[in-house]
Amino acid sequence: MNGVHDMGGMDGFGKVEAELNEPVFHEEWESRVLAMVRAMGAAGAFNIDTSRFYRESLPPHVYLSSSYYKKWFLGLEEMLIEKGYLTREEVAAGHAMQPGKALKHGKFDLTQVERIMVRGKFARPAPAPARFNIGDRVRAKNIHPATHTRLPRYVRGHVGVVELNHGCHVFPDSAAMELGENPQWLYTVVFEGRDLWGEDGDPTLKVSIDAFEPYLDPA
Amino acid sequence: MSEHHHDHDHDHSELSETELRVRALETILTEKGYVEPAALDAIIQAYETKIGPHNGARVVAKAWTDPAFKKALLEDGSKAIGTLGHVSRVGDHLVVVENTPERHNMVVCTLCSCYPWEMLGLPPVWYKAAPYRSRAVKDPRGVLADFDVTLPKDIEIRVWDSTAETRFLVLPMRPAGTEGWSEEQLAELVTRDSMIGTGFPRMPGAPS
Repeated sequence: MNGVHDMGGMDGFGKVEAELNEPVFHEEWESRVLAMVRAMGAAGAFNIDTSRFYRESLPPHVYLSSSYYKKWFLGLEEMLIEKGYLTREEVAAGHAMQPGKALKHGKFDLTQVERIMVRGKFARPAPAPARFNIGDRVRAKNIHPATHTRLPRYVRGHVGVVELNHGCHVFPDSAAMELGENPQWLYTVVFEGRDLWGEDGDPTLKVSIDAFEPYLDPA
Repeated sequence: MSEHHHDHDHDHSELSETELRVRALETILTEKGYVEPAALDAIIQAYETKIGPHNGARVVAKAWTDPAFKKALLEDGSKAIGTLGHVSRVGDHLVVVENTPERHNMVVCTLCSCYPWEMLGLPPVWYKAAPYRSRAVKDPRGVLADFDVTLPKDIEIRVWDSTAETRFLVLPMRPAGTEGWSEEQLAELVTRDSMIGTGFPRMPGAPS
């Protein structure tokens, strides 16, 4: 979706302000939100792409004015309601009012913690040979799906070169909408800065994205 | 823009609306039998104590001292790090990119906040906030200036936008004057920002 989360190339957000000796969490509730998102994801309530889609779907003014973990919280709460894991009445009451829905991987308890400390695997067997080779020129498609996509706006329509082939991975555009993993070839595609930003762009800049095969046409 | 959460003025004896909502959600998830609060505590403890830039620093220091490891690391980051039992379990899809006198690498996630957690811990607020995400792909030299980092005029800047489940770690250049240093000594010089590409390692003798 063409949301405010797709920030690459936008102006006006000001200086990057790094905090010296930043703590891991600024408030205790932030850590609880992170843990709940990890736990409910690991229990099978949602996949990582669906959770990203819910955060992107926050109204633009809410997205821009909420802290990072506030966005995580708002996305999590809405997603769990819409997927039937809790109800708005329960949220309003602050307590469970009916039994829980079965989770694909069961309750998230202490025995589950170790397994989520290793990153998940997103590579899948290839359903078809790769369409592109390293060195091929490709054009990022001019697509504007209203649903989740990982093709940022700032490369759409531009020509780049395939630099790496990462194999076949879960396709976020499908997974986010719970339409299955639909594995697709994944490539690092590199663009010249001036092709993206025009003649005034930094001539020393190259930018790459990781692009799924359905995002690309031969050029 | 308030990506930063700095409510230092409010009375901490009074819970904010957000705190109340977060507590309520955890209560509901617990009562419905979805999560065990102790398991949430364990997740938080791992991120607060076990996982951080020291993991990445050890990998970088080893690459600086062991040419065969460096070669393997650049060919397949996940596989090479998997051979180091003592480093956090990185999982698949880690790509290590090398800084050279000709090329400086910088990592961003313009769409959200993708970051090599297992190597660097949870990302700092600035990495997840709009100023960095918007500008890194268009004006990386301007972003570096915000970090008081200046690069030679002609060096290529390569920005890696983490748009999929691939994760990127920058292998910075080894500082001069560190000949004969041990891996442990070298690891002390490796900063988090040097592995994101928004900084350099510390120089020998500089305060840590």
